[in-house]
Amino acid sequence: MTAAPALRVFEARARAFAPHWRTATAAAVLIPLAFLAAMGLGLGTLVDRGDADLAGGSYLAYLAPGLLAATAMQTGVGESSWPVRLGVKWQKTYLATLATPVSTGDLVLGQLLWVALRLLVVALALAAGMVAFGATGVAGAARAVAPAVLTGMAFAAPMAAWAVLMAKDTTIVAIIRFGVTPLFLFSGAFFPVSQLPRTLEALAVVTPLWHGVELTRSAALSVPPTLPAVLHVAYLAAWVLVGTLVARWAFARQLRQ
Amino acid sequence: MIEASGTVQLVGPPVIEARGLVKRFGSFTAVDGIDVRVEPGEAFGFLGPNGAGKSSTMRMIGAVSPPTVGHLRVLGSDPATHGPAIRARIGVVPQEDMLDTELSVTDNLLIYGRYFGLPVRELRPRIAGLLDFMQLADRARDRVEPLSGGMKRRLVIARALLNAPDLLLLDEPTTGLDPQARHLVWDRLYQLKQRGVTIVLTTHYMDEAEQLCDRLVVMDGGRIVAEGAPRDLVAAHATREVLELRFAPGEQGDAVGLLDGVAERVEQLPDRVLLYTTDADRTVAAVTERGVRPDQTMVRRSSLEDVFLRLTGRSLVE
Repeated sequence: MTAAPALRVFEARARAFAPHWRTATAAAVLIPLAFLAAMGLGLGTLVDRGDADLAGGSYLAYLAPGLLAATAMQTGVGESSWPVRLGVKWQKTYLATLATPVSTGDLVLGQLLWVALRLLVVALALAAGMVAFGATGVAGAARAVAPAVLTGMAFAAPMAAWAVLMAKDTTIVAIIRFGVTPLFLFSGAFFPVSQLPRTLEALAVVTPLWHGVELTRSAALSVPPTLPAVLHVAYLAAWVLVGTLVARWAFARQLRQ
Repeated sequence: MIEASGTVQLVGPPVIEARGLVKRFGSFTAVDGIDVRVEPGEAFGFLGPNGAGKSSTMRMIGAVSPPTVGHLRVLGSDPATHGPAIRARIGVVPQEDMLDTELSVTDNLLIYGRYFGLPVRELRPRIAGLLDFMQLADRARDRVEPLSGGMKRRLVIARALLNAPDLLLLDEPTTGLDPQARHLVWDRLYQLKQRGVTIVLTTHYMDEAEQLCDRLVVMDGGRIVAEGAPRDLVAAHATREVLELRFAPGEQGDAVGLLDGVAERVEQLPDRVLLYTTDADRTVAAVTERGVRPDQTMVRRSSLEDVFLRLTGRSLVE
């Protein structure tokens, strides 16, 4: 696997996406911004009257980086699920691509590079929203972008592998309904996982999203994370790495029969 | 390379060389030990019904599907170790179009061309030329989705020619096209052949194989059952003429009993009886003499369809 063909796959995605990037980015950040307004500003004023210890700041400031990480997860899963099924099964453009000098490894790497760029754009747009809402300063929002992209990639890489291996498209709906949505709600984005029953808390802290939320929040608010930051980073990086390797194996297995 | 007579003479190692090629999927054997040799500049066909192993063979030759067993060289290299280098020099028209239907005609070609590492400034004029060649120039900016099946097929052929391939692989290039669209594709493939491009195609259309192929193999059940030039195969496995008899419903069975020995070979199909003969007029007379009264009588030249029927006992398009 050489870098050049992977970059061509990346370029192909960019060319195909060029007419849509404004609407797609707006669609990706609209709902998280609505959450930020309703829960951060609306619900947040009530929360701030209580005695919750939320990283020493307002609920809005607590929520914003959590939402950023959770949105990155959703975007990562979204960009690695339907588009991959499209390439493998509906339009089969992946199969057309693999008739060229591009290898399955190039295809995986180029696709994931593309998802990383999508995540970067969405994270930057959302970070701007955080600043506009007064949740964090510019520096805090900027520091939150890289951890959010890492969080998204921790989901995007294994999701690409799963999308190519799954037998039915409807599996994606199940993954979003029974995987992504519960993670979104219960992995520390909206409230500390210590509020969960003990067994659910133990479950939450092994999910990549909890590590992503912790890392993103600590970067945005300049507060120490629960674990040393390096452990959060290593855990998320391991998901990216193992996910990428499994995706390479899965693409070769399914598309080079 | 092009001589005064207009014919193309190329010498060199074979473009494709396969010996004992086998492809298994689990316990199913799609290709069961075939030997194939295709020379430079040749138009070569794999003829056979659906499920004969044609597409699996094409995918192995296209260096996208590793052979289970056997020796395979494409453009002198081993697809197992030189896949990207081989794929850089071949053009592939897959059975399904595999186009990005949301994108424009030009963008489909531009993106595909970039996979070969061709610079955009080189691709732009090449795309314009290929769209002209495939009669799609007026649709260059249009989205692919609303194009007709024939236009999409021509676009896929243009896509396969972007890298100026030495070998063009076409898997059922005209399946599902109307006659006019088919003839346009055939004409373009013929022009490419005249330019010296080696063409390998699969088809289950007799006329397509007869029109385009210098040489072909007939495949059935993963094996090659015959090989040769279309005309030679017809000469070897069929008679010069065929007399087709159609009967009123229910009468065919009784009639066949009376036709024994009336022609060199009598073949019964569900809807008609075929009589293989060197002299159809004489056979018509003999049939009448025996008191057989078909509803319709038709005399035609024998074709590869008859070769296939002879070799496998089955009709090609079922």
